[in-house]
Amino acid sequence: MNTPVLQVRGLVKNYGPTPVLRGVDLTVEEHRVVTLIGSSGSGKSTLLRCVDLLEEIDDGQVLLDGVDVSDPRADVAAAQRRMGIVFQAFNLFPHMTVLQNVTLAPRVVHGVGTEEAEERARELLGRVGLEAFAGAHPDRLSGGQQQRVAIARALAVRPRLLLLDEITSALDPELVGEVLAIVRELAASGMTILMATHEMGFAKQVADTVCFLDDGRVLESGPPAQVLGDPLHERTRRFLTHVVEAGRLT
Amino acid sequence: MTPRAEPVPDLSPLARERLAYRRSRARRSTLVALVSTVVFAAVVAVCVTSTPGWPRVRATFLDPAIAWSSLPSILDGLWLNIRVLVVTEIGVLALGLLIAVLRTLRGPVFFPLRALATGYVDLFRGVPLLIALYLIGFGVPALRLQGVPTSAAVLGTITLVLVYSAYLAEVFRAGIESIHPSQRAAARSLGLTHRQSMRLVILPQAVRRVLPPLLNDFVALQKDVGLISVLGAVDAIRAAQIASARTFNFTPYVVAAVLFILLAVPTGRIADTMATRTAQRQGLS
Repeated sequence: MNTPVLQVRGLVKNYGPTPVLRGVDLTVEEHRVVTLIGSSGSGKSTLLRCVDLLEEIDDGQVLLDGVDVSDPRADVAAAQRRMGIVFQAFNLFPHMTVLQNVTLAPRVVHGVGTEEAEERARELLGRVGLEAFAGAHPDRLSGGQQQRVAIARALAVRPRLLLLDEITSALDPELVGEVLAIVRELAASGMTILMATHEMGFAKQVADTVCFLDDGRVLESGPPAQVLGDPLHERTRRFLTHVVEAGRLT
Repeated sequence: MTPRAEPVPDLSPLARERLAYRRSRARRSTLVALVSTVVFAAVVAVCVTSTPGWPRVRATFLDPAIAWSSLPSILDGLWLNIRVLVVTEIGVLALGLLIAVLRTLRGPVFFPLRALATGYVDLFRGVPLLIALYLIGFGVPALRLQGVPTSAAVLGTITLVLVYSAYLAEVFRAGIESIHPSQRAAARSLGLTHRQSMRLVILPQAVRRVLPPLLNDFVALQKDVGLISVLGAVDAIRAAQIASARTFNFTPYVVAAVLFILLAVPTGRIADTMATRTAQRQGLS
């Protein structure tokens, strides 16, 4: 069996005296989609931020392709170059055009020539259906369009692992579909994805594994049909009941 | 990064080893900083003291006996500076805020007020402080009006308030305009009037946001207070000038400079602390 793209072992993260993650174990195999579900404050976003090395962890390990990147001696920037992350609030650079947002990292970090970077960026923007907006600034775009640009920006560096942090939570319901369609297509093309989401219906269809995070731990994980359909734990069942009541599980 | 808590006993050996490594890196960084500072200071000291004119400069600018004998009169002068400074700061805060608010008034009725405020800022931000001091400090008493103050310190204070209010008004206005329109919309939607939303919602956020540049202007003001000496007020600079003329030595000026720096340091630190606290409250650090 190949080395998994991502292995998280016993990850502990505290914010001051408050423990957020209390020992998380998680594996993402190549070409697989793993979704993190759980209520607000269960640690989904923190876990993604720790994996992307945006936060210093307090204990445990993050292994990218079998290499411990959470070691203080490891090259953080080099590890981050191999991961792409899309945030809940898009975080596009407002002073740059859509095209500049997408070409920034390839040009500045990866040393790709401007022409080549722009060609690739246009191809990616075409893939997310926004070729026509290449010259526009992000604030001219709808939330869904901005999030699609953010996905293109994350993909521009050809990441080994794509992290998606509740990318549809800040969107109007009618815009959620256009963003999820792109993720679905990415998953089908073999991209390795770790995503935190509240879209249980989407998780059910696309995910290979669903992890239920509760109080800083992975309470249960497995195929979506099992975790979402017939959960082992009472806590998971209660969470899913609330979700169904909110009309999010379709 | 938040300060790291003491190692909890249940840390894994791996985490403990990492913690030790990070600590040793931190110790090394401190050591490197210390060594480079000492080397830098030594190089500067050697370069300055090895110049051909150094003995002469030391005798003219750094005479300890003259420094000591001129200190009491300069401190007396500095006390005037501090009093003028406190009064000016209070006056500047009030007038600057008033002008900033006038400049943000909307509606055609307020056009004269807006124009007046804009003209005020253009006038007093454009005129050199020294010229303003001459015009007001010597021009107003020359009118020989009854009840108009003629004291150099009072007229100097008035001039400083007029000039610095123009600067601070622009700082305040930048702060007011940096508050997102949605905040005003939220306040108005609750039924607050323009004045109420300004006072209770916009200004508290705006003032907090502009505190660092505001304190920066206060440091500039601390030094410019010394310029009232051109009107004849015996402040720290004038006291140094007198002592210097008596001893044919520039050391009193150096003493005055050191005192001004000591006065400015706390304000700078307060500005830093405020900025850090704001960042922490907004969860940026």
